[in-house]
Amino acid sequence: MAQARTSRRYLKAFVSGFFVAVPVTVTALDRLAYVARVEGASMQPSLNPDGSDSDVVLLNRWSVRNSQVQRGDIVSVVSPRNPRQKIIKRVIGLEGDFIRTLGYKNRYVKVPDGHFWIEGDHHGHSLDSNSFGPVSVGLMHGRASHIIWPPHRWQRIDPSLPPNRGPLEMGEDDD
Amino acid sequence: MFFPQVKMFRGLLGKTLGFVGYTIQYGCIAHCAFEYIGEFVVCSGPSMEPTIVSHDIVFSERMSRHLCKIQKGDIVIAKSPYDPTMNICKRVIGLEGDRVSTRSDIFSSHTYVPKGHVWLEGDNLRNSTDSRSYGPIPYGLIRGRVCLKLWPAHTFGTLGENPNKQNVKSHKESD
Repeated sequence: MAQARTSRRYLKAFVSGFFVAVPVTVTALDRLAYVARVEGASMQPSLNPDGSDSDVVLLNRWSVRNSQVQRGDIVSVVSPRNPRQKIIKRVIGLEGDFIRTLGYKNRYVKVPDGHFWIEGDHHGHSLDSNSFGPVSVGLMHGRASHIIWPPHRWQRIDPSLPPNRGPLEMGEDDD
Repeated sequence: MFFPQVKMFRGLLGKTLGFVGYTIQYGCIAHCAFEYIGEFVVCSGPSMEPTIVSHDIVFSERMSRHLCKIQKGDIVIAKSPYDPTMNICKRVIGLEGDRVSTRSDIFSSHTYVPKGHVWLEGDNLRNSTDSRSYGPIPYGLIRGRVCLKLWPAHTFGTLGENPNKQNVKSHKESD
């Protein structure tokens, strides 16, 4: 008799704990932060420099809730070619920037409103804006803020543009 | 002399923490409901008349979007490709691979919807900015499928079919 009562109590505690833990965890993963393993070589040497070990990054979802992003950030984006897949690339240009492309159908591109231009650091091994053009900011999923695995690669990711990749400065002509 | 104040303070602190805990728990349950089940949307604008008119309240379910089961003829809520903070409500006219006609005032031509994209048009073709002006949008921008109209009460129920007879060939059909 006593055994049935205690097991029922444990079951009740488990079920009520479950209904607290699952929504809170799901909300935290959707709104605060997400952890993801980086696959592929398109962001070498920043991410996955070895090719044998995959980096695990912390994706900050809170900082992108208002679609705010700056040039040089590494962001995770829902792929415009495959909505089930997320790709992780670096933001090179924001709306209104002029970009000199690497292998896109147009040599120069003006990034339209509400879009941005993303590229992998490893040019030639990357499926990015140079293949499918500017990407809508609405597809942005999160900003990679830290590398958290493997332990010897633990570091904060700071926004930085690669050399020679960035918006073209529209300089004024000298008269 | 000291003890009653400490006891009252502890009681108040306990109640406050309990209240905060309940708020977080029910907030997370609400987030999960709006994110994975469905949300209420107030529509504004004339682009979906007569199916949906301005100030109608509709219910848009999220499951079809997460399971990638949006079909041709569905009315969807999507993030605007040119402004990630705005949402648009249009009907899906073509899925990836479909041949859609881009009717314009001067000429009409055909185009194929690229992989991972959808072609949206409003039911009020004369007064709607949609894929005919900005092209196909990535599937990842879709938020949910409108399945039920809730307000005004005399129009409660499911929504009608496309009032514009479109001759859209799917890539599976043969001539």
